[in-house]
Amino acid sequence: MRGVLPAVWSGLRWAHRQVDGQDRWEAHLRRCAEHGHPPGSRADFERRRADAKAAVPGGRCC
Amino acid sequence: MSRLQSDAPEVTRRRPSPRSVVVWTAVAVVGALCWTVLALSRGESVNALWVLFAALASYAIAYRFYSRFITYRVLRADDRRATPAERYENGVDFEVTDRRVLFGHHFAAIAGAGPLVGPVLAAQMGYLPGTIWIVVGVIFAGAVQDLTVLFFSMRRGGKSLGQMVREEIGLVGGIAALVAVFAIMIIILAVLALIVVNALAESPWGVFSIALTIPIALFMGVYLRFLRPGRVLEATALGVVLLLLAIVGGGYVESWGLAESLTLSPETLVVALVVYGFVASVLPVWLLLTPRDYLSTFMKIGVIALLAVSLVVARPVLANEAVTSFAREGNGPVFAGSLFPFVFITIACGALSGFHALISSGTTPKMVAKERQVRLIGYGGMLMESFVAISALIAASVIDQGLYFAVNSPAGATGGTVETAASFVSGLGFTATPETLAAAAQAVGEESVVSRTGGAPALALGISQVFHEAFGGGLQAFWYHFAIMFEALFILTAVDAGTRVGRFMLQDTLGNVWGKFGDLSWRPGNLIASAVVVGAWGYFLYTGVTDPLGGINQLFPLFGIANQLLAAIALTLVTTLLVKHGRVRYAWVTAVPLVWDLVTTMTASYQKVFSDNPAIGYFAQRARYADALATGELLAPARDAAQMQQVVTNSTVNGVLQSVFALLVIVVAANAAVVVARALRAGQLPTTEEPAVPSALVEPAGIVVTARERAELDALRAEIGVRTGADR
Repeated sequence: MRGVLPAVWSGLRWAHRQVDGQDRWEAHLRRCAEHGHPPGSRADFERRRADAKAAVPGGRCC
Repeated sequence: MSRLQSDAPEVTRRRPSPRSVVVWTAVAVVGALCWTVLALSRGESVNALWVLFAALASYAIAYRFYSRFITYRVLRADDRRATPAERYENGVDFEVTDRRVLFGHHFAAIAGAGPLVGPVLAAQMGYLPGTIWIVVGVIFAGAVQDLTVLFFSMRRGGKSLGQMVREEIGLVGGIAALVAVFAIMIIILAVLALIVVNALAESPWGVFSIALTIPIALFMGVYLRFLRPGRVLEATALGVVLLLLAIVGGGYVESWGLAESLTLSPETLVVALVVYGFVASVLPVWLLLTPRDYLSTFMKIGVIALLAVSLVVARPVLANEAVTSFAREGNGPVFAGSLFPFVFITIACGALSGFHALISSGTTPKMVAKERQVRLIGYGGMLMESFVAISALIAASVIDQGLYFAVNSPAGATGGTVETAASFVSGLGFTATPETLAAAAQAVGEESVVSRTGGAPALALGISQVFHEAFGGGLQAFWYHFAIMFEALFILTAVDAGTRVGRFMLQDTLGNVWGKFGDLSWRPGNLIASAVVVGAWGYFLYTGVTDPLGGINQLFPLFGIANQLLAAIALTLVTTLLVKHGRVRYAWVTAVPLVWDLVTTMTASYQKVFSDNPAIGYFAQRARYADALATGELLAPARDAAQMQQVVTNSTVNGVLQSVFALLVIVVAANAAVVVARALRAGQLPTTEEPAVPSALVEPAGIVVTARERAELDALRAEIGVRTGADR
């Protein structure tokens, strides 16, 4: 029983990071650091991603 | 051919452990027991849990054994090959995505109102035909289609269904498929919108809470764009809280004096929806579409989990018969036609849905991290949708049958009032009194529940009953509107996204003729294409709403057949591909569901076009009303000559469309037959599959990773020396 709660908690934290795109943002920071680019702000990064995605329609089914 | 398997090291068979033998034997025994109970109980009350567990045990076995066989033997998914997500990663559409996150994405994209509504309507034939088709259909047809289309599209850089048909089958088939996809999408959007209109008409509570979803979504859009970009969970949590407040607030519209102005006629709602659809299609996606999508995804997953838990807690008893007389005689009031072929048409999503082929090719394949994950995402995702369909079937089967038929029969049959509806339902052989029907409406805070067709109100009644039994607390009206809200949310998301996809398709296609129109950032082009798409589904929506015979009754079969014909195109493609790849030996995996699908849909199409029974055949119906109109006679439920004319026009349009759909599919199938014959003669044919590129990514294939798999993966990582992905 003791192992269950921490596992649930870490699972939730993992899900939260996935949903919010935290991993993706950190990967972007890492890539920028590798190439020596300035990373820009998180807001700009998210907005650029959203705009690029808008050009590709994602279907929704019935 | 299986001897070539040595190229895939992890597939080598291991002797199953004693524990696994015991577990799977137990699952098989539970499944067999549940099915036996369902098969043998006649005329006694059956608990819904037998249906639920029969389905779950069958899914588990199918996933464990059949999907593994398809992925490893038939398709030979190979984790040493890089997927398009890895090869072309661009952070936009090509993106390596964690398998669990992608499962959520894919499931949210395929499952909407379809698996909720079809089973509700099909419950008029009893619970058994629907249950069997949903479970057997998904295992051998629906999930197989989703999995194989996903796989083949992934091997081709994420090409769309239409593109693959054109390149692998031929130009004629490709054009037919493109036209079919577009036309089918229009019908699907119209029917979905019709369901919303029927659920919201004359319901101020519903209109209030659904209308509020628009400002809520706008708020979330601004929040995510400017206030806290990226914080999806936060924004969605706020959105869900506001949404619940909107539902609660709806209960007070009367005391706030808003009831009158929010009681909208179906015609007004059609105009509102068409305007909304147009605006949503031209607005930037981040403002309305994306946040609405987040809301509906989280609501979807939450409600389904809640429904599963409450079914187990409430353990409701099924109120309908296993197989009703309507199934045998085909004279049911909800939709006409007998069990074969109409159960297989009415329940599309949840068992086999062609529309999924558009999601499985295109969006999802560009995000798969490893080839073998297609099993979890394609097959597993569809099993999950099937589970939603089973839950909906149960919810529709637990409500009182008198009530079920009063709600789902068209106004032309019930007369629209509680008195006439009660006598109509009694005439069918069920018990209903004006008092019980009025009480049912009052319990959920509605003016009336008579002839609220479309499936959504009936399902909401069922869900509110189950939740009420499970959690108590006198919240039935809240749960009813909660269920209506969540269905409307899915549908509006599908309508937004579908209109946009239709617009892109139209612009893309016309762009071949007139280059400028293909430029997606050209404003006039956007406006024109959006108007055309909205106008097209708006037309069918309007005819559905005003149809004297009941729009759902008339249009739902067209919707179901269209969806299954799209499945026929998808299954034709994958079968052709198996043959072209020289894997004839395994072609039965997709060929058998293809043949079954063609037999049912072609029979249904034939009946809808040529049947001389006016309740079934569109042209027989047309002739009956046209003849009467010529002699100046009025046929119920039409009330004047204009309505007679309307029936004549609608049945002609529907009949012609029905024939065109069937013809397009025959063209694709004929073109494919030629290619298959050539491939059989040659042994195999070249395809557009991309050459293998070695992968530098190591990720597990399933949700659960055993200790042994983890060790193997670690060893592999050490060997190729690299990138661990998002895996913990």
